[in-house]
Amino acid sequence: MPKTNIQPEKPAPAAPAISSFGPDNVTGYRSFQAGGFEFSRDEYFAHIVWPKGTHVVPIDQFLRSMIRAIAWNFFYGTINFDAVFGTVNHYGTVDMFAGRFNDAYVNGGLDYSEVFDSDALMTIFKDVAADWTNEGFDPFAAPQETGTAWGRKRDENPTALGRQRITARRMIGLPGDAELRTDDNGYPVNRMFKDVVQDAPLVEAKPGFEGEVQAFNLFAYLSRSDVTWNPSVCSVVGDSLFCPTSEEYILPIEHGNDRVEWFIQLSDEIIWDVKDRDSGHPRARVTMRAGDVAAMPADIRHQGFAPKRSMLLVWENASSEIPKLIAAGKARVTAVDF
Amino acid sequence: MSDYQTNFGSLNHFQKGGVQAIADDPKNYAFSNIFEVASHAAPFERIAVAQNFEYVVEVSRAEGRSPWYSADHDEMVICMDGVVEINLVQPDAAIVAAGTQGAVQLKTQPSGRKMGRIVLGRGHMALLPKSAAYGFQAEKPSVLMIQTLKGAATVEKWADICQTTSS
Repeated sequence: MPKTNIQPEKPAPAAPAISSFGPDNVTGYRSFQAGGFEFSRDEYFAHIVWPKGTHVVPIDQFLRSMIRAIAWNFFYGTINFDAVFGTVNHYGTVDMFAGRFNDAYVNGGLDYSEVFDSDALMTIFKDVAADWTNEGFDPFAAPQETGTAWGRKRDENPTALGRQRITARRMIGLPGDAELRTDDNGYPVNRMFKDVVQDAPLVEAKPGFEGEVQAFNLFAYLSRSDVTWNPSVCSVVGDSLFCPTSEEYILPIEHGNDRVEWFIQLSDEIIWDVKDRDSGHPRARVTMRAGDVAAMPADIRHQGFAPKRSMLLVWENASSEIPKLIAAGKARVTAVDF
Repeated sequence: MSDYQTNFGSLNHFQKGGVQAIADDPKNYAFSNIFEVASHAAPFERIAVAQNFEYVVEVSRAEGRSPWYSADHDEMVICMDGVVEINLVQPDAAIVAAGTQGAVQLKTQPSGRKMGRIVLGRGHMALLPKSAAYGFQAEKPSVLMIQTLKGAATVEKWADICQTTSS
């Protein structure tokens, strides 16, 4: 039976208080409160306080994690900002926790969790990201492609934070669907993908079938991604979503699965540290090179390391029933038996 | 000229990674390599390399002319290596029963209107529309990856393709 501590906190309390304070007279940053959690930042760190403890996270890591929680609408399962703090998505409500998936905190009785309405928590996450992200720092960008998050408050960076995650309804490039990336619409080829061929498939559609006979260059499309570790949907078959992404440096979060997801390495190399979802204990290291395919079980958390910008195809089954089936022990946590 | 070299892998040159188990069974990761699977496959065998409930990702070695296929849902295909031509036909009558999951191999090319043709190179992705019939053709061994549902044409050989011990 799978472990069940990703079940929602029950009973759901009345809407926890959410508010903000400041700005601070020295750093210029506002502080925020959501239920029993308090958030503040200084020049280098985010500080988190909850009724049973305190925590400190480097501000660049905190903002890189938070912007992905925002972009993915809390994503599938658990977003661990680090070994202590994070969120669990229940698709309508979200648990925010400290120490819940950390053996030492749990055994010491220091773990803490609260349930929030998703939209309400999203509002405060966006406020935190907007106030704490300075001009020049892009939390979606690879470290070599952006300025730093350090220092006192300067101008904000709404352009970087305002990106819309691309989600094709059927396939990228189809009439009326998500657009291809080009120089003209603001997506130049990335510096590490200058050698990726930018040709197009030959498409000869007979009259009346122009909307169905369609193809595009996926590798060229990915070579023009301006973000890292931010999967977009490029094709849809029912609940089957192909979510390719370009990866460089470190996945800021440790993603805790609530369903099996698959990785198909399209180019170059990513090394994955895999840990137990609930305890954080190491379980495996998976090295993926071009053409490799691997399943991530539904009871793990994973974090990727990409020495060079690479192309990864994340394959998701978006069915809303899967987490319930797995949590109820009615579906296995691994992809296939053999 | 770029200082960086992007490695996509191919039938003739791939360097497989692997699962280093710390406290787990490597089989839980169903780890395989598309090019290795295709290198041992019969032409146009549709081998599942990933499965998530009813959905699969199939790998196919494209070499010569394929049988014709059709499905009662969209499928997507990516050319991972080589060059592959796709011919599409709108059948005169439905040839796959409604609700059928996965691709169905047809005995012959169905009669119907020609929809068009697509030639994919490496990294190109095409739509295989619901209810269309399609056939592949490749002069040289090439590799396809197909986003579809598990069906009659799907071949499962997990124990043959997946890593079973720690690397």
